Amino acid sequence: MTVSATINGALRKVPAWPLYIMAAAYTAWEFWRALTQQGPYLVEPINVLERTYGEIALILLVAGLLVTPLRQWTGVNLIKFRRAIGLCAFFFVVAHFLVFAVLDVQSLGRVWTETVKRPYVTVGMLAFVLLIPLAVTSNNLSIRKMGAGAWRQLHKLSYVAVILGALHYLWLSRGFQIEPLVYLALSIGLVALRYKHVVWRKQAA
Amino acid sequence: MAYRWKNNLTQADVTPKAAYLNRRQILAGTAGLGAIGLAPRMADAQAGLEPNTLEEIRSYNNFYEFGTGKADPAANAHRLVTSPWSIKVDGMVDRPGDYALGDLLAGLTVEDRIYRFRCVEAWSMVIPWNGIELADILNKVGVQSGARYVAFETVVQPENMIGVQRRVLDFPYVEGLRIDEAMHPLTIMATGIYGEPIANQNGAPIRLVVPWKYGFKSIKSIVRITLTDQEPPISWNVANPREYGFYSNVNPNVDHPRWSQATERRVGGGLFAARQDTLMFNGYPEVAPLYEGMDLSVFI
Repeated sequence: MTVSATINGALRKVPAWPLYIMAAAYTAWEFWRALTQQGPYLVEPINVLERTYGEIALILLVAGLLVTPLRQWTGVNLIKFRRAIGLCAFFFVVAHFLVFAVLDVQSLGRVWTETVKRPYVTVGMLAFVLLIPLAVTSNNLSIRKMGAGAWRQLHKLSYVAVILGALHYLWLSRGFQIEPLVYLALSIGLVALRYKHVVWRKQAA
Repeated sequence: MAYRWKNNLTQADVTPKAAYLNRRQILAGTAGLGAIGLAPRMADAQAGLEPNTLEEIRSYNNFYEFGTGKADPAANAHRLVTSPWSIKVDGMVDRPGDYALGDLLAGLTVEDRIYRFRCVEAWSMVIPWNGIELADILNKVGVQSGARYVAFETVVQPENMIGVQRRVLDFPYVEGLRIDEAMHPLTIMATGIYGEPIANQNGAPIRLVVPWKYGFKSIKSIVRITLTDQEPPISWNVANPREYGFYSNVNPNVDHPRWSQATERRVGGGLFAARQDTLMFNGYPEVAPLYEGMDLSVFI
């Protein structure tokens, strides 16, 4: 038995639902720390909380893109967790947006002006909007109703959303910073991999 | 000539050490509106300036030589070696040389200045500096008549400054002022905060403070001062000329290309802190004559 088969066997007994609980608990925990101004939240909790939620959302979006290549390269199959990863990512995007709207800019009018005036906000908001239909259809009923092909087509929007999310992060950074560039390279790379794969399959056929 | 600018605060408003180590209830009057000369009363509370705590001032910093995170300088700046410290004074001065810090400041008056501090990232603090008017230092070394600008340079200790290798900016960090800005009574070289020696992450052992400009103009840990007749390069302008100009005066009417400068958040107010309007010249209208006839949407 290969290593990947052993891992897959072990994973078969692990349910996906604890991921939702972990995401909710993490969100609440960080909010509590910000509220009581502990650790990194001591001085400017609003900005730090906004970044914390935004970054975990980006990490989960990239993680969602990793599921397929991981299976192709190593045989380790995390597909049963992918829906939870995607929905949790969306959940953190919503939390990130709420901190931005309610605690940071503090008015709906300003949410709108920032969205139209500031390209980095525009890009982030676009990623958020693109993720909404994906979150809404992340259930078995939607897959059945839409048909697997159409559903899969729709969910390719996640490729665009991840890249926009990374661009959003890069765009708001000052100076030459490595972290946002790593996210952008990862997300573009993981999306490109899929299209390279398609091209390769066509050539083979 | 010290004491050319006065806080409208009295000795009675100096925060006792025991109190500033925690969040204080002491109220400070509105600095910057000129010397009204009245001790602030309780009625001044809303308009007043309450300095941030020392802990806040030391925990939330931009000092990219120590990393780009706000907590990085506090975590990493202890490795900065600040003693011995000397400052190279050169260019168009009568008495150039490598001055030991103590020699350069000897005989000059250290004053308390409670200033607003407005970061270009749209957050702000109120900081009770201890410092010396830059004009006093410049007069001591003797500025020659042709000098029109002052250039400053931050120390580079690559082995002690973990952010230097990451090349976020082209280090050493450099800044500059026009000579009349440098000579303005509001412009100080700070050596302390709350009467304590300035912490490394705040720019030990000596830094510039120009309260009407965005924080990045107030260059930290200075090792070189050069008098020149040419506008000197400044690091953020070199990195991104569209976003950061030589002047970088606090101006609510001119947005940063990527974000609004109309409002700011005073840090330390917790998770539900309200935004407040940013003031022209950060609330120091007395500097306006320096820029008479200049279009401040062009000279950013």
